[in-house]
Amino acid sequence: MMDEAWTHAALSSARPQAIAALLRYFRDLDLAEEAFQDACLRALKNWPRNGPPRDPTAWLIMVGRNAAIDVTRRRSRQQPLPPEEQISDLEDAESGIVERLDGSDYRDDVLRLLFVCCHPDLPATQQVALALRIVSGLSVRQIARAFLVGESAMEQRITRAKARIAAAGIPFETPGPVERTERLAAVAAMIYLVFNEGYSAGPEEDARSRFCDEAIRLGRLLLRLFRTEPEIMGLTALMLLQHARAEARFDAGGQVILLDDQDRRRWNRQMIAEGLALTDKALRHHRPGPYQVQAAIAAVHARARRPQDTDWRQIDLLYAHLEQLQPSPVVTLNRAVATSKVRGPEAALAMIEPLAGRLGGYFHFFGLRGGLLLQLGRHDEARVAFDQAIALARTPAEAAHIRLHLDRMTTEAAGRPSAVGRC
Amino acid sequence: MLYAILCYNDEAMVTSWTRAEDDAVMAKLSVVHDRLQAQGKLGPALRLLPTTAATTLYKSKDMVIDGPYAETKEALLGFYILDCESLDEAVQACRDLAEANPGGAYEIRPVSLFVPGSDMSARDVAGSFAR
Repeated sequence: MMDEAWTHAALSSARPQAIAALLRYFRDLDLAEEAFQDACLRALKNWPRNGPPRDPTAWLIMVGRNAAIDVTRRRSRQQPLPPEEQISDLEDAESGIVERLDGSDYRDDVLRLLFVCCHPDLPATQQVALALRIVSGLSVRQIARAFLVGESAMEQRITRAKARIAAAGIPFETPGPVERTERLAAVAAMIYLVFNEGYSAGPEEDARSRFCDEAIRLGRLLLRLFRTEPEIMGLTALMLLQHARAEARFDAGGQVILLDDQDRRRWNRQMIAEGLALTDKALRHHRPGPYQVQAAIAAVHARARRPQDTDWRQIDLLYAHLEQLQPSPVVTLNRAVATSKVRGPEAALAMIEPLAGRLGGYFHFFGLRGGLLLQLGRHDEARVAFDQAIALARTPAEAAHIRLHLDRMTTEAAGRPSAVGRC
Repeated sequence: MLYAILCYNDEAMVTSWTRAEDDAVMAKLSVVHDRLQAQGKLGPALRLLPTTAATTLYKSKDMVIDGPYAETKEALLGFYILDCESLDEAVQACRDLAEANPGGAYEIRPVSLFVPGSDMSARDVAGSFAR
């Protein structure tokens, strides 16, 4: 009962743990990757013939390690390879390594592997590219296509990033509790970066929207290793709840559909169930953090069967909490949306006016400002704000969305006299 | 006789199936489900959320710990399906059960898919119909 698809799935799900363990062993990223690659090739040959091993991850680590040792030996002494049989039967060796992998080493191995990808000297996109290449095992071609750059350019970027990591030195000592917490926070931020790269992709950018699935996979992996961390629960929940809407976020023409206008039957109920369960679980810790609060906000939306069922009061409170945890003009801008539903557009407008200086180059600021002015009947000012939003749009879909508002205003303005005439 | 069938698999692998892969497996399974259902042999079937969504109550110490029940000493002896508003409510229900039957643990795992199956209420566990 073993087909090629199964083998490939097993290899890719074993990858983070296996590379992490090989990195601890060889203390060299390239060698660890090469060793894993070698082990995969042998698995493809060996598993269909002998059946899958009891523990594929342990098998891959063991075989990868032996293969890399052979390579180093051959390079230094030009010795011939040992016969394949010697490494094919690993039943005995497997249990030994499984025991060693079972402890906290294993957790710290994976954390270290993820942590080296978020070196502070690396720009965000390089962190993302590196994590996708090394941890998730996406090919350079796939990553290059997602970032709309040439393959050789991406190859160069990844090589440079790796060199920088190697020069900085990979931390191999076992982290203390404080260091572990710091690493977890850095890794969580990097995983959310991966997610957002995917989330910001348009509907036709399949190569990039796949990042969302990868990020969720990394979140779940981290949570399996650090089961009691509420912020990791929050992060995973947040990504699941946002990604659950993927199929409802764009119309057939590739235009953005706002939350209120989405067909909620197309939301992924499984992901929502998992996201809600994780949010619920995190809240029991009474140690709120930014990811948990954002997940709680997404959970309020997910619970509403219809837009009018949304508990905006709750969302307004949660954003107020988020403002305290992580003060930023963008958070205030988001809060203003909730405030406009609870206390009306005037209160929301008053809340965002002071942000004009800091968000003067931000598409969403002018989009919301225009929307609020429109609700207040201040059409001329709304038009100015919408024009500014269009000028700042990063994607054609964003611009098209604002144009819809403008078109509607024009139609309504044209329609108004005749409506009056009918009275 | 009623049988409970407990499903085990590699979690990291199954949770990383794409939507299409997942749908394909579910479609193949539903062929078997439909056959069993037509024969009146299929009771409730569930899919559980990943173990990352699990919480465990260790009864003797009244300790609630994140994650699944990982000990191998004890065996799975039964399970409940409860409809609760929140995890808090589920934990409280488990505490009530623990008071009635101390020892061991309850793993609380949210259900992601529930198929009610045939009505089995008119049947006793030995499989003969109650009259």
